[in-house]
Amino acid sequence: MSEILALSATAAAAAVAAGELDAGELFEAYRARAAADQLNAFVWVAERAPAAVAGPLGGVPLAVKDLFCTAGVPSQSGSRILEGYCPPYTATVVERLAAAGAPLLGKTNQDEFAMGSSTENSGFGPVRNPWDRGRVPGGSSGGSAAAVAARLAPWALGTDTGGSIRQPAALCGIVGLKPTYGAVSRYGMIAFASSLDQAGPLTRDVTDAALLYGSMVGARDPRDSTSLEFPGTIELPQRTDLAGVRIGVPVELSGEGIEPGVLRAFEAALELMRGLGASVEECALPHAPHALAAYYVLAPAEASSNLARFDGVRYGYRAAGAADLMEMYTRTRHDGFGPEVKRRIMLGTYALSSGYYDAYYGRAQRVRTKIAQDFAAAFGRFDFIATPTAPGVAFELGAKTADPLAMYLNDFCTVPMSLAGIPAISIPCGLAPPPGGGLELPVGLQLAGPAFSENALLEAAYALEQAIEFDGSAPNEA
Amino acid sequence: MGIDLEPVIGLEIHVQLATATKMFCGCALSFGEPPNTRTCPVCLGLPGALPVVNARAIHFGLMIGLALGCELAPRSIFHRKNYFYPDLPKGYQISQYDEPLCRGGSLAGVRIHRVHLEEDAAKLIHVGTSGRIHGSELSVVDFNRGGTPLVEIVTEPDLGSPGAAREWLELLRATLRALGVSDVNMEEGSLRADANVSLRPVGSTTLGTKTELKNMNSFRYLERGVAAEIERQRSIIEAGDEVVQETLHFDPSSGAITSLRSKEEAQDYRYFPEPDLVPIATTEAMLEAARAAMPELPAARAKRFEADLRLSAERAHQLAFRSELGDFFERALAAGAADPVTLANWVGVELVARTGEGDPAESAIEPSALAALVTMLAAQRVSVNAAREVLDVLVAQGGDPAAIVAERGLGAIEDTAGLEATVAKAIESDPAAAEQVRSGNPKAIGALVGAVMRETRGRADGAEVTRLIREALGLEAGED
Repeated sequence: MSEILALSATAAAAAVAAGELDAGELFEAYRARAAADQLNAFVWVAERAPAAVAGPLGGVPLAVKDLFCTAGVPSQSGSRILEGYCPPYTATVVERLAAAGAPLLGKTNQDEFAMGSSTENSGFGPVRNPWDRGRVPGGSSGGSAAAVAARLAPWALGTDTGGSIRQPAALCGIVGLKPTYGAVSRYGMIAFASSLDQAGPLTRDVTDAALLYGSMVGARDPRDSTSLEFPGTIELPQRTDLAGVRIGVPVELSGEGIEPGVLRAFEAALELMRGLGASVEECALPHAPHALAAYYVLAPAEASSNLARFDGVRYGYRAAGAADLMEMYTRTRHDGFGPEVKRRIMLGTYALSSGYYDAYYGRAQRVRTKIAQDFAAAFGRFDFIATPTAPGVAFELGAKTADPLAMYLNDFCTVPMSLAGIPAISIPCGLAPPPGGGLELPVGLQLAGPAFSENALLEAAYALEQAIEFDGSAPNEA
Repeated sequence: MGIDLEPVIGLEIHVQLATATKMFCGCALSFGEPPNTRTCPVCLGLPGALPVVNARAIHFGLMIGLALGCELAPRSIFHRKNYFYPDLPKGYQISQYDEPLCRGGSLAGVRIHRVHLEEDAAKLIHVGTSGRIHGSELSVVDFNRGGTPLVEIVTEPDLGSPGAAREWLELLRATLRALGVSDVNMEEGSLRADANVSLRPVGSTTLGTKTELKNMNSFRYLERGVAAEIERQRSIIEAGDEVVQETLHFDPSSGAITSLRSKEEAQDYRYFPEPDLVPIATTEAMLEAARAAMPELPAARAKRFEADLRLSAERAHQLAFRSELGDFFERALAAGAADPVTLANWVGVELVARTGEGDPAESAIEPSALAALVTMLAAQRVSVNAAREVLDVLVAQGGDPAAIVAERGLGAIEDTAGLEATVAKAIESDPAAAEQVRSGNPKAIGALVGAVMRETRGRADGAEVTRLIREALGLEAGED
């Protein structure tokens, strides 16, 4: 059993292909662990393996974030307003992965409608970090990250709007890739902020991320107008050096507000990159410090509209006994949404209101354009931008729930890339003690590249990963 | 008596497009299917579903823009119009806002403000005695209509009377029908009109406070509703009060105008660019396709009928503006009718009397049959009355007019001697009428003509009968 769990997804797929491992046994090994989950990482687990499909993913089971629609299987986006909701169709990306040989293992817990950085905003209870169960796994894809880190799943699907794949990957010591906007179909992803949401892999290592991502992209999805055909295919990374690679380190995202332990691990990783032949220099992203402010106008604005459909009329929760239509709407939404979702709906509604639109939404869009221009300028001089993924290691449950701004700062380093629509990967780069002392916890390093540079990004991340030799096994979870 | 006031009217028209599928999904459009059978995750607003623009709807939108002389935007975008209502499954309508598909233009002197694309709402059915949402026991939603492509056409306030508004809307309908982009049926809701109405002193160029009269579902109700609103505003102004900007409902059965909402209650729709769609880039190929698909429009057709075929202005207008009549007329003409004017009159009067509002092409008569009938009439091989009888048969059963004439013995009496005998008999049996005609009362001849026609069962030519009667009474043929 533990031999199976020790295999990376790529190794397991190869073993299945070579006839050395039975796909049904592989599925059951993970299914049993997921069913016995003590982290609250799963909100639904398959009872048995679906019929086997031959494909490059070798039957390696996949954990899928709750917000992906899966036909006949609860798809609740972490919200009580969708409790028990089973859609009649399956998201394009889940369909593609199933067709490539990754059967659905279970649905993972998340912050409600992907709004959060700790998975404490889930309507179905918080997820625990396998490195320290008193701490959060990050969010919003915290269930997917915790499941992979704790070997409850070989790999998982998450979504990233402002850091929701990368930050939990960092806090759980695994790899998370946020693709180029448009590379992966959003059809069937319960939307948070349409212009930012992207699906991506959460995996034990960079090779697994490349293997899974390779089956997520391809021809554009005719059902998603914003999706794009991926130029070429995703190759499994081989590179072991970084000779000639130019790394830019934006001063705005790698100094103030970052925990000292995180900075030390980050700087050690930069040294390793130099050792592999990369040039590492400071670069400027002058508008990046404004990214968070722009993001917290644009994302809630889109969310306020995207979440209007949860009105109790057609599906999901409906408050009983309302005297009239208005009361049904208000009570349904009052009871069905959690506090963070309501906060963002109110923020977004305000930002779009007549008389405030230009001052908020219009100005935030202009900041977004400036940030994209900053990156374009930086990529004239550098191949990749490197930053710490998150400003700190995993924090204790409840530590930031009373302070939304402190919680929002978790995405300080990841939001600029989301606004620019460019790909970024987080890989573990070491361990650091939390500020108050205690067991050392994982630190993530983020590498970002120009649109559709995923192959080069994965190659660089792979080379660095080999040099870092991070021990990905969370204590107590093997 | 105060100052003279003149009405200023603008129209906002919603047109359901006759595409095969809905605006943003692959569902077929619905024509009375059982409720909620033409739906999918997209038009039901299910979580995770995304819209995809119907290219045919854009093509139709561009054709409408060309027909109205609009400026076609090289790039236009969709916005979300946010509001809560059970007939709006996403909580927003995908519409266009500040970058519509078409701007400007005019039709028959009425300027067009803009033309844009959007999606229709679903249909709410209120169960209970009131039939409206207030006081109903429950309301149910049929999403078959939800997502049907709509074009919204907004005019400038260039219409000066209820009649002008109605006439212009009829021209717009004819134009849209000629384009083949919509069924344009007001009763069925594929053409819906709202009117913005205000009054101002004659000669003034500033606009008064306007009200918006919603959803009048026939041309007659539009005319009556606007007239009623003009009178309502006139009495307010003449009483020294001020018109309040509000949205109104006209009840055609009672003629009453009631307020739906005031300006203060107006919704903030929080428009913002639809992030699930990319901008529409109008390519040269799309423009060429739209241009190539343009038919002759009613105004041009009416001009051609008048100038080339010598139809009266009224007849040309009638046939051109009801394109199905114009089409039937032209097909009959092509089949070889002798005289365009007679043919046009027969289409516009006799045929319409038999087919009503319907399309004559959907009755049994072939255009070639009407052509043959009119040719026989012109050659006086059949009388007008007999031709009417033949037309009855053609419309009901179809067939060949010559065969029907032969079968029913309706051929014109060309035997003048026989007819002279009948005329003599008629004069003999009504000497009083004969005497009145002789003494100069021309109207009295009608009784004699009628008697002859009865006798010949309408087969005699009326003009010939009149001539023979006058001759028999010793009067000059030409006098009346």
